[in-house]
Amino acid sequence: MSTQNASASAIASARPNGAGAAAILAAGIGAFLVAVFAILADQSPAIKSLMIFWKPTGPLSGVTTCAIVLWLASWAILNMRWRNRNVALARVNAAAFALLILGFLLTFPPIADLF
Amino acid sequence: MEITARSLWTLIHGMGFGALYLMACSGVIVELYRRYSPQHLASPVQNEENFLRIYLVAMAALAWLAVFTGAYIVYPWYRAVPAPGTANLAAFPQRLLMASPTTSGWHSLGMEWKEHVAWIAPISITMAASVVLQYGRNLRDHPQLRAAVLGFVWTSLLAAGVAGFFGAMINKNAPVEGGPVIQIVQGEQK
Repeated sequence: MSTQNASASAIASARPNGAGAAAILAAGIGAFLVAVFAILADQSPAIKSLMIFWKPTGPLSGVTTCAIVLWLASWAILNMRWRNRNVALARVNAAAFALLILGFLLTFPPIADLF
Repeated sequence: MEITARSLWTLIHGMGFGALYLMACSGVIVELYRRYSPQHLASPVQNEENFLRIYLVAMAALAWLAVFTGAYIVYPWYRAVPAPGTANLAAFPQRLLMASPTTSGWHSLGMEWKEHVAWIAPISITMAASVVLQYGRNLRDHPQLRAAVLGFVWTSLLAAGVAGFFGAMINKNAPVEGGPVIQIVQGEQK
């Protein structure tokens, strides 16, 4: 029994980091896209009206829907490519955190208004 | 004691989902640090493992419920446009805030930031929940995955904190009110 547990544990611990890396990078992309779409809708009247998916909520409905759809799409694509292998997680984490921090800062109106 | 339907929805959005999410964030941060600290050598038992999984899935649900009720139920009332010439702006919080230079910043900075930054919270916590669901106790063997999960949870706490702070302050300066009145308790007559 203990041998079975040990071998199950060994197999489990050998699980590649690719699926986790895909989720992490996609989350960074999603956070960044929220800010990018918000800036685009703020700066361009044409994009602003395109982003009105539901009138009572205004452009926020399109900004967030587009960001969520692209986040989920990027997650699915990255997961398909990486799920069975190990990737350079330090680089993936660095990219994901850079995108996350940029996303956070770019939603701050005084910074968003610089564009 | 009465409350309007709009006020009740604002409470459900802010206190029911948002504040509960903020409290849950501190809990999961402590649990993630505790579980993977060098002092905590023993592998987590299955019950603990399942608890963390359910906890994170519940947090993700709370975060999504907070942003969706905010964006699709409360925000339309907040940004409603009054008819030209309307003198009493009490039912139009955004216009009420913008009507005075002493309060306009709550909209131009507060709401403009809150309505976008809040979405970072559900995206981040969904990722964290997904990684914990997939890797479970094997996260012990993936320190970089753990670091990323913790970093995103901290950021989601910050994003939800910004949204919560501005939500509370905006509602204090220009409350979302209106709709049917719900009587909670009948007061005593003097």
